Amino acid sequence: MSEVLAAAIGVMRRDLLLAMRRKSDALASLFFFVIVASLFPLGLGPEPEMLRRIGPGVLWVGALLATILSLARLFASDYDDGTLEQMALSPAPLVALVLGKLAAHWLVTGLPLVVAAPVLALQYGLPGDTIAVLVASLLLGTPVLGLVGAIGAALTLGVRGGGLLVALLVLPLYVPALVFGAGAVDANLAGTGAEAHLSLLGAGLVVAAFFAPWAITAALRIALE
Amino acid sequence: MKGIVNWFSFSSPQTFYPLAGKMVPWFAAVAALLAAAGLYVGFFVAPTDHQQGESYRIIFVHVPVSWMSMFLYVVMAGWAGLGLALNTRLSGMMASALAPTGAMFAFLSLWTGALWGKPTWGTYWVWDARLTSELVLFFLYLGFLALQAAIDDPRRADKAGAVLALVGVVNIPIIYFSVQWWSTLHQGASVSITRSPTMAATMFTGMILMALAFWMYSIAVSLVRVRAIILERERHAGWAQELREAAA
Repeated sequence: MSEVLAAAIGVMRRDLLLAMRRKSDALASLFFFVIVASLFPLGLGPEPEMLRRIGPGVLWVGALLATILSLARLFASDYDDGTLEQMALSPAPLVALVLGKLAAHWLVTGLPLVVAAPVLALQYGLPGDTIAVLVASLLLGTPVLGLVGAIGAALTLGVRGGGLLVALLVLPLYVPALVFGAGAVDANLAGTGAEAHLSLLGAGLVVAAFFAPWAITAALRIALE
Repeated sequence: MKGIVNWFSFSSPQTFYPLAGKMVPWFAAVAALLAAAGLYVGFFVAPTDHQQGESYRIIFVHVPVSWMSMFLYVVMAGWAGLGLALNTRLSGMMASALAPTGAMFAFLSLWTGALWGKPTWGTYWVWDARLTSELVLFFLYLGFLALQAAIDDPRRADKAGAVLALVGVVNIPIIYFSVQWWSTLHQGASVSITRSPTMAATMFTGMILMALAFWMYSIAVSLVRVRAIILERERHAGWAQELREAAA
């Protein structure tokens, strides 16, 4: 068991190291998030009332799109240079290695979104406790987006037009995370309490964490055949 | 062992191809008969609705089409799962043969729903739970079709599509539930598509007849499509070459 854990952590450290060497990749989705969030007021006008009302939804959709953008890099370079094949051949279970990769991917692309969200939320005039709920919902939600998105990324490995295809496959599956995530922030804003939404989002995370790795592994093995 | 049909022998494309060819006219004929009966009941027997007038009659297409769009996704995922578990080639072909029909039904469901919504609610579209989840289902079909179209190797396309279909079928209840939750929060006092529970028995008969007609139609069309897929993929096999020589 400890060997499996060590293998997963090893893959995670390797991916983190690679990300540190190529910071622009990791920062791209963060900047995308920031820019998308800044474009909405330019398109819709600066009325504070309206911005406060649309803020939760805009920030959640922005985080979702930023995650989609980052998915293309999740397995692609390892697939191209044959690393993925070696991982599939290694004695450690592929599921564990995939989990290590996903953890690194979340630390590099998901966590920065969570950290940047409060600043953007201030631009939309969201009050303090609502921002706390936003951070909590993104903390629970971005791993779900990563787990479900990785299925799409694995299915489209080496496929024509992969980037756009991932969005087409994955966006419908993101509906529940978006509903509960943005709903939690909305509910807090409306004063009805966000606990139910956050609980459901947490349940979604548990379900995704249990099932998604198997689907990802199956999809990777199909791509490597 | 004479007289006992070995059903598994039909899991090979070579033996299934002629069998499917024999079944197509039957299913097509039954579909046409049922559709004729259903349309007759729908147009001439079923009474005019006292609230919605004649415009409600689109229900005889709309409701069966929506049922079929959901049912076909489950059937498609079933074939896909079978293909992954048993590694049979025909299962993947069946899944890809069903997908376009399912997508068409999902689209028709949205389209006829819009046509029904305009005279009844005064709007083509509302963000109601059922409408939204039907839209998401349509997107899931499109994703399946796009993924299969993007992969050149047919065996890989089948397997990748199978994983996607299974992930989708696990997600559909979650999506439906979340959208339900979402619409009760957002929708407020706008229209609801829950109909009055009292429905004339003839209306129900018409709907069932049409649903069965669409079901038979789906079988006929997907058998025609699976025959085309079999020929396309097995065109280099000896038996397929013989077919061509026989036809010539």
